[in-house]
Amino acid sequence: MLIIRNLHAEAEGKKILQGIDLEVKPGEVHAIMGPNGSGKSTLAQVVAGHDTYDITTGEVLYEGKDLLELSPEERAWEGIFMAFQYPVEIPGVRNTYFLKSALNAIRKARGESELDAMDFLDLAKDKMRLLNMEESLMERAVNEGFSGGEKKRNEILQMAVLDPKLAILDETDSGLDIDALKIVANGVNALRGPNRAIVVVTHYQRLLNYIVPDFVHVLVGGRIVKSGGRELALELEKQGYAGIEKAAAESRL
Amino acid sequence: MNGAEYPSVLKEIIMNEIDRYLISYENFQKTRSEKEPSWIRRIRKDAIERFAHLGFPGPRQEDWRFTRVKPITRTSFERVDGLRSNGLSSGEIARRTFNDAGCHRLAFVDGHYCAELSSQVGSNSGLVIESLADALQRRAALVENHLARYARFEEQAFIALNTAFISDGAFVYVPEDATVVEPIHLVFASSGLPSSTPAIGSATSNLHVDKAGPDAPSTNGNAPRTHPRILIIGEKGSRATIIESYIGLKQDAYFTNPVTEIILGENADVSHYKLQRESDAAYHVAALQANIEKDARFSSASISIGGALVRNDVNVILDGEGVSCALDGLYLGDNRQHVDNHTFIKHAKPNCESFELYKGILDGRSSGVFNGRIYVDPGAQKTDAKQTNNCLLLSDDARINTSPQLEIFADDVKCTHGATVGQLDEAAIFYLRSRGIEENDARHMLIYAFANEVLDRIHLAPVRDRFATDLFEWLSK
Repeated sequence: MLIIRNLHAEAEGKKILQGIDLEVKPGEVHAIMGPNGSGKSTLAQVVAGHDTYDITTGEVLYEGKDLLELSPEERAWEGIFMAFQYPVEIPGVRNTYFLKSALNAIRKARGESELDAMDFLDLAKDKMRLLNMEESLMERAVNEGFSGGEKKRNEILQMAVLDPKLAILDETDSGLDIDALKIVANGVNALRGPNRAIVVVTHYQRLLNYIVPDFVHVLVGGRIVKSGGRELALELEKQGYAGIEKAAAESRL
Repeated sequence: MNGAEYPSVLKEIIMNEIDRYLISYENFQKTRSEKEPSWIRRIRKDAIERFAHLGFPGPRQEDWRFTRVKPITRTSFERVDGLRSNGLSSGEIARRTFNDAGCHRLAFVDGHYCAELSSQVGSNSGLVIESLADALQRRAALVENHLARYARFEEQAFIALNTAFISDGAFVYVPEDATVVEPIHLVFASSGLPSSTPAIGSATSNLHVDKAGPDAPSTNGNAPRTHPRILIIGEKGSRATIIESYIGLKQDAYFTNPVTEIILGENADVSHYKLQRESDAAYHVAALQANIEKDARFSSASISIGGALVRNDVNVILDGEGVSCALDGLYLGDNRQHVDNHTFIKHAKPNCESFELYKGILDGRSSGVFNGRIYVDPGAQKTDAKQTNNCLLLSDDARINTSPQLEIFADDVKCTHGATVGQLDEAAIFYLRSRGIEENDARHMLIYAFANEVLDRIHLAPVRDRFATDLFEWLSK
């Protein structure tokens, strides 16, 4: 589904990604872990199409297509979704209007009929129950005045409504207390399926107790230095990133 | 500089700009009926003398620093003497303004009342909605008590100009404790036809020229100008909603110079709207003066879309305790449009509140000015004043000069002001796009959202809907 080969990216002349190789297949859940500044969020944003980054080398294929040629909205139409680490507040745009516009833009691009207000609301309410979200949040401006937990739930709600094939969760656990974390994780788990791939970007192992990954990758200095199964995350928790970084440095010698 | 301020050639040009209006005034006076009350003649005379003394404002005057009136002063605009055939229909007015079915309507074309396009309201159990020309004949004493007593023609050249040429406009009188359920729509249309008067100095006046024939106004006439005058009196406890609409029927240049006076008695409640949709080449220099008494509520929302050069002065005096006043504004600018909003709220008495929200959206090489002055009198304790001006610049060449001015002479008050100038939030655009919304739609959504805060404050649904449509069209241009 997603193949990343030797990806190098930089921002304002600063090298951030320095040769990423990654393959994600349908139905898989991958966790990308790494210390601050390792390039985790950059990788997520590059896949979503943020234009802050210059891709200097490498390629990203999504279902066989050159993903880097597509605009952010085209990527969404193709089924890519990124849950933002810092969801943007948009005063004056109601959440329900925003989400309905997004869903219908995607449906339209795919040649499907657009949903009317009633059908959309039924769908949205259904998904909100899954996330224990108060319906009043739909009538408020997008993320404006939302608590940290509400913002993250709102991201997962969008994911549930837009029904992507590839979802990237960028530090969705940051700023969540344990109860909110469980709710968000349950929401994500409900969306797991044989046709959907999920990439969880996180600093901490904690989230992975609830969203259990098939694969774990450790990103250090813009490179994946170690890949493994679920147990790698637990190992990381014991050793910390320092141990891995050291091991990675030594293996390079 | 040797005593002489200007070279003599320049001085002559400046003189001519003024002289043109002085001559026009003389001709205008000759056409007036002998039966006109002497007081109105005297007001006009005082006003033209003030205008001659003041001259047109220049960049050295603080209030006109960012707005050059040269394009207006160097053009020979001519007063239009009478109502002329223009092809305007009632439906066309609704199409160009808003769906005003269910409103009282007074329509004016080139400054003259047009009965055919108006709903015949006249006066009814004390309520008066009629043309100012009619009111001057029918109820001169009532008009005399208020007309030109509030709008400061002594100090403002454009108000003086309007006052010197007072002949027609709208007169609304809402008696004590009366509620006018239907909104009152005052429409000022400019036909854009050249003035039928061949030249300055000619005393001919073609009243009611019939359908275009061989004698129809020829293109060698001057660009027309109008000086609509509006007088609104809301007595104690009265309630009404009033909308002023300005529209241009042709794309040629013309000059609209309206002055509105609103006087509200105790506990009156009046909502006022102004929709400025002049044609793209038009000049529009307007002033609103409102005097509000004890416990009255007054709101005025100004929507500015058209015009090449637009100036709106809104002056409100809160002249009794417990007054609540809201001034809102939305202005759009594109190409080389220039839109200047000057507001002045005078808190003259204690315990009044004023709320002000102006938002501008400027594209192309357009420029905007917002100057919001709030003056709190020494005795006006417990004043609560809030002023906000936000401007969105959609292009690198668009400009805004925004300056809040608070002059507070009382010590127990709450006054805040804030101004922001910004561009669309790129992070928000990316967020929307990442959800599948196309870039252009994402931009429109954010611009809409920006305007929405003001739109939400417009309680008259057809007016709000109209602007929403206008904004959509403006964005899709």
